[in-house]
Amino acid sequence: MKLTFPHMGSIYIPISALFRHLGIEVIVPPPSSQRTLSLGSKYSPEFACLPLKVNVGNYIEAMEQGADTIVMAGGVGPCRFGFYGEVEREILKDLGYDFEMIIIDPPQGRIRPVLKQLGRLVGPARVRDVIYALRLCWEKIAAIDQVEKLAVKVRPLEAIKKQTTKAVNEILSKIDGAETIEATRSALREGLAILRSLPKAEGPPPLKVGLVGEIYVLLEPFANLNVETRLGELGCEVERSIYLGDWIKRHVIGDIFRLRRHNRIEDLAKPYLGHFVGGHGLETVAHTVDYARRGFDGVIQVLPLTCMPEIVAESILPRVSRDLNIPVLTLVFDEHSSDVGVITRLEAFVDLMRQRRGNMGELRECVATLV
Amino acid sequence: MNSSKLVGIPRALLCYYYYPAWATFFTELGCKVALSPHTSRKIVDTGVQLAVDEACMPVKLFFGHAASLLDTSDYIFIPRLVGVESRAFICPKFMGLPDMIRAVTPPDAPAILSPCIDLSRGNRTKKVFREMMNIGLLFSSNQHVVRRAYEMANKVQLDSEALFFKGYFPDEIASMLLGPRSDLDSSIPSDLAEIAAMAQERKKKEARVTIGVIGHPYLLYDDYTNMAILPRLSNAGCKVITSDMIPWEIIEDELKSLPRWLFWTMGRRLVGAAFHFLHSGRVDGCIHISAFGCGLDSVVGEIIEMEAKRSSKIPLTKITLDEHSGEAGVVTRLEAFLDMINRRKSA
Repeated sequence: MKLTFPHMGSIYIPISALFRHLGIEVIVPPPSSQRTLSLGSKYSPEFACLPLKVNVGNYIEAMEQGADTIVMAGGVGPCRFGFYGEVEREILKDLGYDFEMIIIDPPQGRIRPVLKQLGRLVGPARVRDVIYALRLCWEKIAAIDQVEKLAVKVRPLEAIKKQTTKAVNEILSKIDGAETIEATRSALREGLAILRSLPKAEGPPPLKVGLVGEIYVLLEPFANLNVETRLGELGCEVERSIYLGDWIKRHVIGDIFRLRRHNRIEDLAKPYLGHFVGGHGLETVAHTVDYARRGFDGVIQVLPLTCMPEIVAESILPRVSRDLNIPVLTLVFDEHSSDVGVITRLEAFVDLMRQRRGNMGELRECVATLV
Repeated sequence: MNSSKLVGIPRALLCYYYYPAWATFFTELGCKVALSPHTSRKIVDTGVQLAVDEACMPVKLFFGHAASLLDTSDYIFIPRLVGVESRAFICPKFMGLPDMIRAVTPPDAPAILSPCIDLSRGNRTKKVFREMMNIGLLFSSNQHVVRRAYEMANKVQLDSEALFFKGYFPDEIASMLLGPRSDLDSSIPSDLAEIAAMAQERKKKEARVTIGVIGHPYLLYDDYTNMAILPRLSNAGCKVITSDMIPWEIIEDELKSLPRWLFWTMGRRLVGAAFHFLHSGRVDGCIHISAFGCGLDSVVGEIIEMEAKRSSKIPLTKITLDEHSGEAGVVTRLEAFLDMINRRKSA
């Protein structure tokens, strides 16, 4: 068995570690590229969202390298994602590929069916190995999150352009290469130290920008045309509303044990959106409210074209923006999105935020002199 | 109490399924009900202006219809339709619809009545009843009156579904069920006998060609938006069967071949009806009417197309509509499709 899976940001690092340690040969698809997207768009339904198209491209490129088994997540709606595995399998079958597809559904409190699907993968591995593989996987997720969270703080202050991104890539590849929990931890320690020691430039305090939206486009730099990095290089400190580790804690672990813990953040959306709408639509509204209350300079929503839950959020964000006085920019991505368009809009948005901050500063001075 | 309040119902989205029941509920409570006018250029333009660009056309139309009711109504009825059966949902946009409309309406706009209808997690009909009771109590302080209105509405809903399965269209159904009432919107002809006779005649007409048409009700039955595809088919001498006329037993049966539970009620109807058309030999051709950017249809359409390619000789075509669709384009494609079917038939 030569196993592959679709890309989503850095998720390939923990997932390939997990399967490798279970004794399975893993073929990580080549990093998503224009070719991946062209292949995917060619064979996917026109109005499917960008994630499906990139997935299909990832699979084709992995199968060109010999992969014969695909692992993909399933779902129970209402977002389309739950049916994507099935559609992707049929598309690839039509193209004549010979492979097996394993679709892992969310457990919804019933762990047995999930274990059965995983059992097909795990095969003869011993329980001790499985536990170690899971721990290693988790360790890597936590490490990646820490690196990425520090990187967005360092990047807007970097003295040498693009140095942070270069460092992050090196650190991530070290974490990817770490074969044990110990090695992962030391790669993380070294990595954080490197990031902290990067030379800083003098300048105004960075703008604070919240990044919200659909999970795939949010986590996959290829899909969002590196919006996080670009914002950093334009002098913004970016906080993303979803990090992989937090997400897994909440959705995977919570789901297995049926811990439907009340989520405080979602309450923030209530005045604007009173119901779950699938995907991350509700979280998008909630986090925008949260960022506004925490005094961020602006919020950027990213979504793939035709994403149903995010369109609901997008319709509501103008009112949030007006009520809470925070600028919101929505960026919609599909296979036709271009660097230039996105950069132009980001630059304009950053200018706007900077101007507002300047005005706010003047306002504060005025108030101070009056008092 | 409040006996003359006017409740506006936008003529869009699932109104085509539920209007008779909704209207019954409110009229039983002594309200007046106003259905927004048929879709027009003005309604489309308003909708396009109010909604975000990425919204699909049916949702944009909903914005337009809702806006047209703002000046005249005391309340606007926009239920939050989450799911109407167990383990299945309506499109996510329906779950946020009342909030999407609230986000663009002025603060002094009529109140939006948005009961949450959610049967997706087990059959919680009691909860739906409670939601409707809360709405009903705005108009009548008597719980029994509200309960009776709710029960009447449910009965009308069953009747209207039965009429769908007998082959009637929503306008015909509404006039058959609500016709004799004079307190309703005038745009539905109240002459029950005439409408029923016309429908019977339409159904009796001999047709050489039968076309199965699948699609969401708000695309199939909105003659302005779809350039009158159904009347055009009838005028061309075709008998039309829509996806709404296929009973659920047949649909469930056809769906058994899917590898995974399809979790959208409307998607289930579309796929089940399409498979039935493709397999049963009941129709000579199948048309899928879809909207640009419809999330459901991107998945459902793919499933249907693959099935047509793999295991059916019935021709299938897809007509995608949006607010920029031109009549000439739609008509040309319809004619070409019918020509092809006629040729096949005579060959």
